[in-house]
Amino acid sequence: MSSHSTVSLKDQVLNGIIKENTIFKLALSLCPSIAVTNSLKNGIFMGGAVLFVQVMVNTTISLMRNVIHPKVRLPIFMLVISGWVTVTQMLMAALAPEVNAKVGLYIALIVAFASILARAEMFASKNSLLPSMADGLGMGIGFLFALTTISFFRELVGKGSLTVPTGLATDHVFTFINTKPVLLMILPAGGFFAVGILMAGFNWINARAAAKAAAKTAPAAH
Amino acid sequence: MGHDFTKLFELIVSASLINNFVFTRFLGLCIFFGVSKKMETAVGMSITFISVMMISAAVSWVIFNLVLVPLEITFLQIIVFIGVIAGLVQVSDTIMRKVSPGLYYKLGIYLALISTNCIILAVPLINAEEKYTFIQSLAFGLGSGLGFALALIIMASIREKLELADVPAPFKGLPMAFVITGLIALAFTGFSGLITL
Repeated sequence: MSSHSTVSLKDQVLNGIIKENTIFKLALSLCPSIAVTNSLKNGIFMGGAVLFVQVMVNTTISLMRNVIHPKVRLPIFMLVISGWVTVTQMLMAALAPEVNAKVGLYIALIVAFASILARAEMFASKNSLLPSMADGLGMGIGFLFALTTISFFRELVGKGSLTVPTGLATDHVFTFINTKPVLLMILPAGGFFAVGILMAGFNWINARAAAKAAAKTAPAAH
Repeated sequence: MGHDFTKLFELIVSASLINNFVFTRFLGLCIFFGVSKKMETAVGMSITFISVMMISAAVSWVIFNLVLVPLEITFLQIIVFIGVIAGLVQVSDTIMRKVSPGLYYKLGIYLALISTNCIILAVPLINAEEKYTFIQSLAFGLGSGLGFALALIIMASIREKLELADVPAPFKGLPMAFVITGLIALAFTGFSGLITL
């Protein structure tokens, strides 16, 4: 995988957002995608926390990659990840205590995210600082994007409103539908439906894009 | 004494049915979708899961209450618990390989997967937060394990049937699994209010 170094930083960021989107494409780290997405605000905060951890972990591992002995690399990766998660949790508790009360458990569980460990193992431990940061940024933004989409969809349909954070502790609620919304969508079960439907939508768009690309290259091949 | 047992029973029922980890707390979903394709793997995973869950609940309770609390370093709980679990999985892996190679051959692969499972980490974290006693922690571990096993087995039996169904192309595979999980979760909301703790 040494070809990674030739890929531009921008492509590295885009890779995490679209091609290897953690939730919609790889179907990893699904727990928070349903647990915290019943309001847009929680989704954005959770996504932001993951983005932060992902970038910091990739940066740390990349800086340490020549020092870590290959035999003990996994425990060290876990240690680095749990260290940064602890930092994130403390920051959240201090800066946004109200959100932390709701999503705190899931923030702690970022430690067990397969996606973060996978990026550390597959990318950051083999690449230099800048590509690793770009990779972390892309993966993190991809995750934030997925969580924002899911929570946007769920809150809009389930409550008829959107809670947009205007600061760390403040937010503004926009109400769009005043009649009875589809309550099911903010119930636990609705989370599964929402992710299923959005995932299918993502597949559909990808399949169409692939078909278009194939139609474009087909005449050229002749 | 009788009252205590009722409490424990309530704890197990609530952890396995009412607050089922998969359907109402949404934890362990990666493993849930990963191993629920076949009945056989689902059963293997469930057995491994319940035992590791109870042992890790017990060990981390002891470490939390006898080491972290007296030293006032409870903020390190995430790092310590993940270490305990990783170590525990490694130890049981080694013991199983030596003592019962047949069982290891069948369940070893699940053991490796377990260390990256968020439920295993969530149980000690919740135990610490709710300040459960030792016995209560064990009961909570058992209940959560049973709940996860139940979820896996229900899902595996549905997905085996689903192989034959005609699903629209974009929904094939995971999206459909999500929708089905949603339907089961809807059924599980019916358990809420069964017991009030």
